[in-house]
Amino acid sequence: MGKRLTIWEQAQLLGHSRREFLQFCAWLAAAAGIEASQVGQIVHALETKPRIPVIWFHFQECTCCSESFIRSSHPIVSDIILDKISLDYTQTLQAASGAACEKSWKDVVKNQAGKYLMLVEGSIPTEADGVYCCINGRTALDTVKEAAAGAKAIVAWGSCASNGCIQAARPNPTGATPVHKIITDKPIIKVPGCPPIGEVMAATIVHLLTFDTIPQLDRVGRPMAFYSRRVHDTCYRRPSYDAGLFVESWDDDNARRGYCLYKMGCRGPVTYNACSVTKWNNGVSYPIQSGHGCIGCSEENFWDNGPFYNHLTNFPGFGIEATADKIGVAAAVVATAGLVGHAVLTSVRKREIINEKLEK
Amino acid sequence: MAATTTYERVYVWQAPVRMYHWINATCVLMLVATGLVIGNPPAFISAREASASYWFGWVRFLHFTAAFLMTFAFMVRVYWMFKGNEYARWTAFVPNSLAAFRRQLREARMVLWVDILQIQKKPIDYVGHNGLAALSYFVIFLATIFQIFTGLALYEPMSGWWLPHLFGWVTPLFGGDAIVRLWHHAFVWVFVLFTIIHVYLSIFHDMTESRGEISSIVTGVRFVERK
Ligand code: HEM
Ligand code: SF4
Ligand code: SF4
Repeated sequence: MGKRLTIWEQAQLLGHSRREFLQFCAWLAAAAGIEASQVGQIVHALETKPRIPVIWFHFQECTCCSESFIRSSHPIVSDIILDKISLDYTQTLQAASGAACEKSWKDVVKNQAGKYLMLVEGSIPTEADGVYCCINGRTALDTVKEAAAGAKAIVAWGSCASNGCIQAARPNPTGATPVHKIITDKPIIKVPGCPPIGEVMAATIVHLLTFDTIPQLDRVGRPMAFYSRRVHDTCYRRPSYDAGLFVESWDDDNARRGYCLYKMGCRGPVTYNACSVTKWNNGVSYPIQSGHGCIGCSEENFWDNGPFYNHLTNFPGFGIEATADKIGVAAAVVATAGLVGHAVLTSVRKREIINEKLEK
Repeated sequence: MAATTTYERVYVWQAPVRMYHWINATCVLMLVATGLVIGNPPAFISAREASASYWFGWVRFLHFTAAFLMTFAFMVRVYWMFKGNEYARWTAFVPNSLAAFRRQLREARMVLWVDILQIQKKPIDYVGHNGLAALSYFVIFLATIFQIFTGLALYEPMSGWWLPHLFGWVTPLFGGDAIVRLWHHAFVWVFVLFTIIHVYLSIFHDMTESRGEISSIVTGVRFVERK
């Protein structure tokens, strides 16, 4: 392929009008939380900068990230970003197959070293030399190392690539490992969630494509624009939480009134994600609005932090159903019994001392 | 029969130590009570509108108020560990030499023999904390630090103040807020256990030794047998 096109040129080729293109830029700015005054900058960048090559890998995953992404609300997102011309490689959606498919990412790695973005969906198994996930006869472990070598930056899509997700649940038989534990010398942007919100994915990738900089990340590497607040902080049921009005069981009147799901195990207070702001399926709803608590899908280890329907997770190392309070109450009872025993002992063994001191 | 014992007044607990004791005791009671309510709020089936009430918000507010009071009182106490008298200093809790460590160990064994198992009757001679008690205070200081660190880490996302933001790094160590909450909740029981045992032992020592164990934490003065 000769000269790389800009996103605006590609949009024209696909028959989008200038108006649609500008709407798209405004949408991006809004989604990425960029000030309106900077929309011009986005337009300019998309008009003039050749698009950055992007290769998208799929390892141990269920494709829910891709599914979520192609549902993000703006049509140009799917056209531009996902269309086979723009994405240089993605097994699940590209037209090419077999050897041609392999060639497409190898070409990018070879010819665009230091310039391309690598997107990873899925965790990478490391047990038994990585045989649990092989593509074209090669392990994911090999592929990820080879492809990452020349990447400008890596995006870890979803909880699989960011944290391991359910295939990494105890005892993690395949040794499922998130990408940042394998590739340690590249900037990695984590976009966790199971799946992540389509708009969040689109806005993250567009940030990278337009500004060519790493977005501001939080302590664990997630874009601040979407992961700096807890689901709980902007939840519309929050007034019920502050008022102490809680759902007590799934079919009680409190549930019908839409009270807070805290006591039903809602993980909103411990989960950083944009669900209660951006919502899902083009802003239709999000889990809590549909009556189910958050399960914390964008948090590390959420799959092992059960049970989902209790406020606190079970205590590790004590087997099933050992809550911190059960253990604590048991310890307090034992201690009290011990002290009562000691008091009896004292009244026998130290009687003279106590009496003597009292009498004198 | 026993001869008359003469006691000598010794000023042991300085004002900052006594004040810390009572502020901390109040805070711990508040924090345990409000914390357990936060962890498991009582059930009301009601048709009220959320706008009509804010009680859960107030419980949390009390928790945070007591938490900051406890934090600052603890900081003053730490300062006093370097400024105070020999019973207030850090060396009263952590042995700072091999000899001190040996002494503490011997004392702890004596306490086990005389006070706990009561096999031996000879009273123990000490003025400040006995060796075993010092160890238990050291443990509760560590537990306090643990609660302050995990609590401020949980507080960080809801605060614009710089202080809680100094503790954000604690969360990834645990692997997320959910696990920080679990441990912060579990440590309640360290304080409950400590309080039960601590109050019992204060009464025990006062009754068996008549050295004014309980009043000493109000007046600062303790009575010691004159040799
Ligand atoms: C003796 C000391 C303390 C005890 C016993 C205690 C106890 C508790 C308990 C049981 C919870 C409920 C956890 C749950 O089940 O979700 C809690 C929550 C919390 N505590 Fe503490 N705590 C203590 C000190 C502190 C301190 C020093 C801070 C510092 C600011 C703090 C801040 C918090 C925060 C932010 C929460 C979460 C409340 C919410 O999000 O609603 N705590 N505490
Ligand atoms: S439903 Fe969940 S996220 Fe919403 S206010 Fe209640 S606890 Fe917070
Ligand atoms: S509400 Fe919670 S569990 Fe549901 S998608 Fe959002 S972060 Fe994941």
